[in-house]
Amino acid sequence: MTRLRRLTRLAAVSASALALGLTAAAAADPIKIGSVLAVTGPASFLGDPEEKTLQMYVDQINEAGGVDGRQIELIVYDSGGDPNKARTFATRLIEDDEVSAIIGDSTTGATMAMVPLAQDYEVPMISLAGAVVIIDPVKEYVFKTPHTDRMACEKIFQDMKANGYTKIGMISGTGGFGKSMREQCLDVVGTYDIEVVADETYGPSDADMTPQLTKIKNTDGVQAVINPGFGQGPAIVTRNYRQLGIDVPLYQSHGVASKSFIELAGDAANGVRLPAAALLVADKLPDDDPQKEVVVNYKTTYEEATGEPVSTFGGHAYDALMMLVAAIEKAGSDDPAAIRDALEQTSGFIGTAGEVNMSADDHLGLDVSAFEMLEIQDGDWVIIGEN
Amino acid sequence: MAEFLQFAFSGLTVGAVYALVALGFTLIYNASDVVNFAQGEFVMIGGMATVFIAAVGVPLPVAALSAIVVAMIVGLLLHRLAIEPARGADAVTLIIITIGASIFLRSAASFIFDKQFHTLPPFTGDTPILFGGAAILPQSLWVLAGGFVIVILLWAFMSRTILGKAILATAANRLAARLVGINTSYVVGLSFALSAAIGAIAGILVTPITLTRYDVGTLLALKGFAAAMFGGMGSPIGAIVGGLIIGLLEAFGAGYISSEYKDAIAFIVILGVLFFMPTGLFGRKSVERV
Repeated sequence: MTRLRRLTRLAAVSASALALGLTAAAAADPIKIGSVLAVTGPASFLGDPEEKTLQMYVDQINEAGGVDGRQIELIVYDSGGDPNKARTFATRLIEDDEVSAIIGDSTTGATMAMVPLAQDYEVPMISLAGAVVIIDPVKEYVFKTPHTDRMACEKIFQDMKANGYTKIGMISGTGGFGKSMREQCLDVVGTYDIEVVADETYGPSDADMTPQLTKIKNTDGVQAVINPGFGQGPAIVTRNYRQLGIDVPLYQSHGVASKSFIELAGDAANGVRLPAAALLVADKLPDDDPQKEVVVNYKTTYEEATGEPVSTFGGHAYDALMMLVAAIEKAGSDDPAAIRDALEQTSGFIGTAGEVNMSADDHLGLDVSAFEMLEIQDGDWVIIGEN
Repeated sequence: MAEFLQFAFSGLTVGAVYALVALGFTLIYNASDVVNFAQGEFVMIGGMATVFIAAVGVPLPVAALSAIVVAMIVGLLLHRLAIEPARGADAVTLIIITIGASIFLRSAASFIFDKQFHTLPPFTGDTPILFGGAAILPQSLWVLAGGFVIVILLWAFMSRTILGKAILATAANRLAARLVGINTSYVVGLSFALSAAIGAIAGILVTPITLTRYDVGTLLALKGFAAAMFGGMGSPIGAIVGGLIIGLLEAFGAGYISSEYKDAIAFIVILGVLFFMPTGLFGRKSVERV
């Protein structure tokens, strides 16, 4: 009796196992894309819209039949912006999940912790972080979508030069972004015949920057001030700037390219100039702008799906996913090496950040023209263009 | 001279907030010997709750009052659910509990509110007042005046009311206080609620200047703790003086020396004071007499 029961059970188990195997073979394996993002933690304002964007568009692609008839399986891990966690999750994506490509991380520190893994295991990785070190020098398997801080400096200095400013003050945040951008700006400023005559810093969570700004105000000959920084710091700098009645133009970085900066800085934001991606001013772009369609589409899709205002950070994830999907289609396989080769040949891709033309020695593929120069007027951005 | 005044204004404004956080530390420490590292979270709750309550259309003053009540309830819960059950535990255990509570409150805030920075409109506009060539925001005057009023009210409460005297008695000797019929558990709970209210008021006053977010409490708790240590843990006057001095040190340090070392300057001075005067500026003696 017991023997019979055991036999039936065995038969049942083998039958279901067989059935499972059959269904699995019937549908093609999904293409696995891994992602490590700072969804929570201090950099969550980067990772949060990035994750939403990836999920949203992967679902859309799958509903439309996937890539080459295969579904995309997206695996997202939350690094919280912590380099150690990012490294652990990247290892897990490569070794356990066996992904074909990785998108992430959101921050430069965490990205740099993942870079050696991508290189060693030869898995292509598209970073969504800002600093230029990620792609300079070029690393075979590492790409990135956001503009670099160096390009932002150049865009600002172009505008300053056009306005005839030669002596400027600088007040930078000491967080990762501000520090990196300060170095890039100092490195590149000489080529524009501009001299930094006052160079101050502030902590990323400081509540008052009037002492530093007072020093800049009292420095002779300052014609404009630039503030590389991120988070609430630049908003406080902007308020303190007006409070002290400093009357030379204030330039902010693309780190404040969001509506929340305008809200936080209030009326003090009027007249602030900043370089930003076209996405920010999607509706205001001229109709013949090649980016118009892409950015307007992304903006509407994101805002309808999430009910939140679009940010350039989500746009970086959009660009990464679309470039990756195009590369997989072009490669015709999910082999990491083939995807890498196809990614490197990306050309004429129009994303939210601009037109991307990659090559063997440029894994970013954007140039300074991808930035728009904006001025904040009455709580909104106005494109001031080339002058 | 204008430069000096500007640095002084900046230092006093920031210092007043440190002082209020330090005062909260002192109040709880005196009543229960707990160093409450969740003190910064009360400041955050004050600012954030006001922002969110005002966002649903409640007038600002009402929103601010409700936020204070919210913070007091959180303070009471913190005492009831986390501190009271661990009564008799050693100081390190209690510190770990409050650090845990602060992490919990921060995460809860990031879910209940959101992860964005927020601000409140300044109470009386943001046209700076010029004084001797330096500019001061009307809101800074609110912060300073608010801090001053709180200190006076607290002093009056402590020395003129039965409840206040009960807190002092509990602080001096818990057993003796119980023997004369004071419900010490109630009194310690009260000190948590009071200190939460002080933190929340600081948060509301300062948010128009410094902005607020779910995680602003961490740094404030650190600076407030430094101020309390500097002034002498347990001494209310020490808390105020310590907070103002640290704020001024930071501002003058950033202005005259270098903004690179701003945070370091304050801490080096504190280390120096503690090294040569281990009990801080206003040491233990004054505590016994509070």
